[in-house]
Amino acid sequence: MPAGAMTKKRPLGDRSFQAIALAAGLLVLVILVLIAISTSQQAASWFSSQGWKIFSTTWNPTNNQFGALAFIYGTAITAVIALALAVPVSVGVALLLTEVVPHRWSRPIVYVIDLLAVVPSVVWGLWGILVFAPWIQHIYTSIGSGVNGIPVLDSLFGAPTSGASFFTAGIILAFMITPIVTSLSREVIATTPTIDKEGAYALGATRLEMIRGAVWPHSRGGVVGAVLLGLGRAMGETIAAALVIGSSATITSHLFAPGYNMPSVIANEFGEASGVFRSALMGLGVLLFAFTIIINVLARGIVERSSRKMRGA
Amino acid sequence: MAAGTVPQQAPNLREPKGWRRTKNRIATALMVLAFILVIIPLGFVLYTVVARGASIISWQFLTGSPIPPNTLPASIGGMWPAVLGTLTITGLATLMAVPLGILGAVYLNEYGGKNWLATLIGFMSDVMTGVPSIVMGLFIFSIWVLHFGYSGLAGAFALGCLMLPIVIRSTYEMLRLVPNSLREGSYALGATKARVTVTVVLPAAIGGIVSGALLAVARAAGETAPLLFTILTVTAANPNVFSGANTSLPSQIFSNASQPYVGAQDRGWGAALTLIAICFILMIAARVVTARFTRYSR
Repeated sequence: MPAGAMTKKRPLGDRSFQAIALAAGLLVLVILVLIAISTSQQAASWFSSQGWKIFSTTWNPTNNQFGALAFIYGTAITAVIALALAVPVSVGVALLLTEVVPHRWSRPIVYVIDLLAVVPSVVWGLWGILVFAPWIQHIYTSIGSGVNGIPVLDSLFGAPTSGASFFTAGIILAFMITPIVTSLSREVIATTPTIDKEGAYALGATRLEMIRGAVWPHSRGGVVGAVLLGLGRAMGETIAAALVIGSSATITSHLFAPGYNMPSVIANEFGEASGVFRSALMGLGVLLFAFTIIINVLARGIVERSSRKMRGA
Repeated sequence: MAAGTVPQQAPNLREPKGWRRTKNRIATALMVLAFILVIIPLGFVLYTVVARGASIISWQFLTGSPIPPNTLPASIGGMWPAVLGTLTITGLATLMAVPLGILGAVYLNEYGGKNWLATLIGFMSDVMTGVPSIVMGLFIFSIWVLHFGYSGLAGAFALGCLMLPIVIRSTYEMLRLVPNSLREGSYALGATKARVTVTVVLPAAIGGIVSGALLAVARAAGETAPLLFTILTVTAANPNVFSGANTSLPSQIFSNASQPYVGAQDRGWGAALTLIAICFILMIAARVVTARFTRYSR
C-alpha cells in the first residue's frame, strides 16, 4: 500500500477550491504568453515583407515602407527626457518624506503624490495639448533664439520649435511617472536601518552627510530598480504622448521639434490601417511589449534582490 | 600650572558650522523645491479641468444623448453614451478581474507559499503591471475583436487584463498581514483549508482587498489606450455591453482633444471633469474603506 493512501483524502470542495485558485494564478502566465503569441502572429507579415528593413528610417505607408527606427528613437528620447526630469524630483520627494518632515506631515504629502497618479492619462493629454503646449511654445521659441549659433545647444534646443514636441511629451510623461518612482524609492529608503542613521548622526554628520553616508549606500540598488520601472512606464504610456508629441515620424536632434514614439503611432493610426500597415503597427506593439517586459523583469529583479538583502542580514 | 590654560567654550554639538551647514540647508531646500515642482502641475491640471469643465457640466450634459458632431456647441446633446459606456465596461471588467485577482492572490499566499510556481506567478504578475495598456488593446484586438467584432465586452477584457495584476498584488499584500494564529485557530476546529480561506482569512483582510480593488477600478476607468481598438468610438448610447461598438469618457476626451472646434473642446473638458470626479470618488472610497475596515496594517 503506497504511503499516500494512508492519509485521509481531502473533501472535493476543498480540492476544487485549490484548483480554481491555482487556475486564477496561472491565468497571469497564460495571458502573458497569449499576448506574445497573438500579437506576433498578427505582426508576422510585417517581419516577412520588410525583412531587416523594419529597422530602417523610412516610414511611408503609402509606399508600403514601414521602418520603425524613428519611433524607437522617439520612444527612447521621450523616455530619457522624462527620467531626467522625474528622477531627481522623485528621489528628492522620497527623501523629504522619509528623512525630513515629521511623520504626521508625510501622510498628506503622500496623498498629494497619489492624486497625481489618479489623474487619467487622457486628461494629462487634453491639458497638455490645449493648455500646456501653447504656453510652453513661447519658452521654446525664446530658448531657441537664445541658443542660435551656439554649436551643440543649437542642434538640441534650436529651431524648429513646436509646442507639441519630444520635450513636451517628455515633460508630461515625467509628471505621470513621478508617483511610481517616488513611492517605490520611498519604500526602499524607509528600510534603512535606524542604527545606521543614528550612527552617522553620532559621528556629527549633518542630515545631508547622513543621507549620503547611510541612506544612499543602502538604497542605491532599490532606487535604480524604481527608476527602471519608471522607464518602463514612460516607454509604454500612450494617450498623453499621442496627443502632445506632434505626430511626425522624424529622427532629429532637435528636442523641441515634433516627433513620434511607438505607442502614440499605434494609437493614432491603427484605426485606419489595414494589411501590412496594420501588421507593422502590431509589430511595433510586439517590440514595445518585448522592451517593457525586459525592463520590468530587470527592475523587479533588482528591487526584489535589494529588498531581500535588506530584510536579511 | 593653571596659568597656561585658556578657558574653553563648550562646543555646540547640535549644529555643524559653516559650509557643511549651508550644504545641508541647500539640500533640504532642494527637497522642498522638488515637492513644489510636483504640486504645481497637479494644481494647474486640476484647476484647468474644474474651471473649464464646471461650466459645461449640467444634468443635460451628463444624461443627454447622442453625442453631437464636433462643430456643434456643448449645449446640444450630451455625454450619456460615454458615461454609460464607462460605467458598464469598467463594471464588467471589475466583475471579471476582481474575483480572479483575489483567487490568484489566495493561491500565491495560502497555497503556493514559497514554491517555484507561486514565486514565478507573483513575479510575472508584477511584471504584467508594467505591460503598456496599448499592448493590452492590441492583444484583445488580435484574439477577440478580429473574430467577434467590436464590443464593450472586448473593452472589458482589455481593462480586466490591466486590473488583474494590480488586484493580485494588493490582495496578496493584505493576505500576508492576516496573522497565522487566525488560520491555526480555524484548523484546530477542524475546518478545511478552503473554508478557512473563505470564512476567516478573506473576511479578516476584506478592508484592504476592497480598497485595493477600488484603486484598480479607478485606474481602469481612466484608461483610453486599451479601448481604442476594442470598443471603437460611437456617438449613440449602446446599453448592450456584450455586442456592438461602444464609447467611453476617455475615448471621447481623446477624440475631442485634438479638435479645433470650441464645442468639441468644451465637451472634452466636461468629460474630463466627469472622469476625474469618478476616479476621485473611487479613490476617496478606497481611503474610507481603508480607514474604517482595515484590521491589520503594516
